[in-house]
Amino acid sequence: MSKSNLTRRGLLKTSAVAGAGVALPTIFTASSAAAYTNEPTGSTVTLGFNVPQSGPYADEGADELRAYELAVEHLNGEGDGGMMGTFSSKALQGNGILGKKVEFVTGDTQTKSDAARASAKSMIEKDGAVMITGGSSSGVAVAVQALCQEAGIIFMSGLTHSNDTTGKDKRANGFRHFFNSYMSGAALAPVLEKMYGSDRKAYHLTADYNWGYTTEEAIKSSTEAMGWETVNTVKTPLTQTDFSSYIAPVLQSGADVLVLNHYGGNMVNSLTNAVQFGLRDKEVNGKNFEIVVPLYSRLMAKGAGANVKGIFGSTNWHWSLTDEGSKAFVKSFGTKYGFPPSQAAHTCYVQTMLYADAVQRAGSFAPCAVAEALEGFEFDGLGNGPTLYRAEDHQCFKDVLVVKGKENPTSEFDLLEIVEVTPAEQVTYAPDHPQFAGGALGNCNNGA
Amino acid sequence: MLGLEKKDIRILLIVAVLTLFAPFILNPFPAGSGWAQFNAGYPDLMQRFVIFGIFAIGFNILFGLTGYLSFGHAAFLGIGSYSAVWMFKLLSMNVLPAIALAVITSGLFALLIGYISLRRSGIYFSILTLAFAQMTYALAYSVLTPITGGETGLQLALDDPRVLDGASTGSNIPVPGIFGLEMRSNSQLEMGDWVFNLSTGYYFSGIIMLLAFYLSIRIFRSPFGMMLRAIKSNQQRLNYTGLNARPYTLAAFMISGMYAGLAGGLMAAMDPLAGAERMFWTASGEVVLMTILGGAGTLIGPVLGAGLIKYMENILSKINSDILHTWFAFLPDGLEDFVVSMVYPFIGKGWHLTLGLMFMAVVIFLPGGLVEAGQRISRIFKRKKTDETSKKSTTTEPAE
Repeated sequence: MSKSNLTRRGLLKTSAVAGAGVALPTIFTASSAAAYTNEPTGSTVTLGFNVPQSGPYADEGADELRAYELAVEHLNGEGDGGMMGTFSSKALQGNGILGKKVEFVTGDTQTKSDAARASAKSMIEKDGAVMITGGSSSGVAVAVQALCQEAGIIFMSGLTHSNDTTGKDKRANGFRHFFNSYMSGAALAPVLEKMYGSDRKAYHLTADYNWGYTTEEAIKSSTEAMGWETVNTVKTPLTQTDFSSYIAPVLQSGADVLVLNHYGGNMVNSLTNAVQFGLRDKEVNGKNFEIVVPLYSRLMAKGAGANVKGIFGSTNWHWSLTDEGSKAFVKSFGTKYGFPPSQAAHTCYVQTMLYADAVQRAGSFAPCAVAEALEGFEFDGLGNGPTLYRAEDHQCFKDVLVVKGKENPTSEFDLLEIVEVTPAEQVTYAPDHPQFAGGALGNCNNGA
Repeated sequence: MLGLEKKDIRILLIVAVLTLFAPFILNPFPAGSGWAQFNAGYPDLMQRFVIFGIFAIGFNILFGLTGYLSFGHAAFLGIGSYSAVWMFKLLSMNVLPAIALAVITSGLFALLIGYISLRRSGIYFSILTLAFAQMTYALAYSVLTPITGGETGLQLALDDPRVLDGASTGSNIPVPGIFGLEMRSNSQLEMGDWVFNLSTGYYFSGIIMLLAFYLSIRIFRSPFGMMLRAIKSNQQRLNYTGLNARPYTLAAFMISGMYAGLAGGLMAAMDPLAGAERMFWTASGEVVLMTILGGAGTLIGPVLGAGLIKYMENILSKINSDILHTWFAFLPDGLEDFVVSMVYPFIGKGWHLTLGLMFMAVVIFLPGGLVEAGQRISRIFKRKKTDETSKKSTTTEPAE
């Protein structure tokens, strides 16, 4: 009995001590000293690179990470400087950001919103990251963007193509350089009209999740505006690997164009199935049957092999561009890793540079100051021509590439050829465009 | 005290003290030192420890007591999260109604799924629950996108009604709290080189976990718990004595579903987003691992298992090859690369491999899980002390 008395007293004592600790006025604690979340006080600044290292987009994540490491090198004045030399803003000195050496932590998003948020949280709470960037899916981008808004951290999204990231789910602390579904539609439609005519019947196969919906809507409305008819739209489960049962009804529907709103492994499989079914050799309504893939990436083209030949799509950037910025980036990436970068690597590299430059110009790491420096920022020399970071929705407006699977590829990286560079004006939309309606940016949050 | 025996009080006290001092125990290394990456005392991870602790405690009530292996418990976790987020959106940012609704809805779903699944036992039961969980996952991911937010997950928005809170004043989304005390608020206590995080959200979840733990002890010790154990040991014999086991198993299933809903609601309270991945079958499998790793059917085991798995997931997985190279930098170059290439597959991205090996070792050598390991160690010490009066050591019971 005496034993239990002792423990009880011990418990009371210890809990009293701990209670006093919890109730300590915040004056003794560190959080009140900082002006904003994770203010870098030492000689270094930590950035958080949150990329998929496992799961369906692991390849893209690995390429993103390579680009980030390259960007950190360049920011710290190592290597050949890459696009820092061609960037129209000359604020960056090659001595880190605001004189602080850039360090980074990495995390695995697993392409799951939950895992991505946990990983971002540990970067913020444990490693003291002042900016989070990366990701290869819109679901993750939207989830992490919301988290960064709450925590008072800047989020520079990686590859995210859904309209919602800067549409209904936009946040004041989040910024997107990558293009979106609407831009894909607006860029593709004129080329498709030129190639295939304005009297076509389209059949959509759409991946059954958020990005699929916005892409389907964007392509549908742009093609219908030029006279195409949408025969049917069918949703396919994201986990589907065999699309034969979805391809068969396409022929009976009387459609003469198949639009595959698929990405990654989905697209590789559906396109392969469609080609195996001989769709491209068919003639419907007196016209050749055609296939369109709204969002192309080199890694996907590689997966689909010879099946991509002659198929149209859009992309954010391609390493075969010949402007100074792209050439400098391809050169320094190629020197370090031995192969050309993907569009995911490009957008991540550029986002890091844009963030560093904004901090440098603002003279502070405080999210609100950085956001102000980025809003309405016009720049050039980062591979996409003159670009505007629009203040209303934190979306970049720049040229969009319409590409086609190359007929005679010379190497395993040379799979796409650029058909047309759609100028930025043609893909620009009003901030309150119906496809982006709902949601509000809110105010920037400094946290702490 | 509290209607418990002395032995149970001791376990409860141990858990309470561990919970209270977790921010200190989990941060044993000074910030800034090379070992700091092994520190687990940051709010998000500590919250995960206790929340998954609750999840595993609840799962143990079903699996540990009745022996029914549910392979779809993550569904209730997800349902709890969705209900809580909807409560934040519609009613108020106060966490209490959100958690209450999370427990109620998951309880109702558990009643429905349990009613159907419990018609079978053994492997058929497991498959049925798995099927239901995958069904809810698929529904949440695509068909029910208007309710669940689909792939993006259900999020708060500025223009949510939040009836009780009135119109939102600021232009930022409010954060969950309890009567004005924000869940995310955190005060850092600096003692020399050490920095300790005292997070409101963590202590709130910690208190709820202690209540959940206490309730689970009471269930284990009650006649109802005894009945559940009888079902595990021999259901047929129970049937022959004229007892219908179904109501008992259904009640256990519902209780453990409500525990999972509570954990889901708490997850949403700490981080107001609910994603469908939470209900994926791997999440269901994880709780089974936690329970078996810690010790199924024991009181404290599931909590330990949950802590261990979450620690590995968040700390071990962060160690990349660069960090390894700095560890082994003292070795000669060739040897360093060799050692790193040998160790690397087991940490970082490969932490699942380590977990798998550990799980196999535990199942083969310590069928009682970590709790059995603890008992064996304490038995060695006890034997030394009471070698002469060896009567006592024979009565050592598993710490259930």
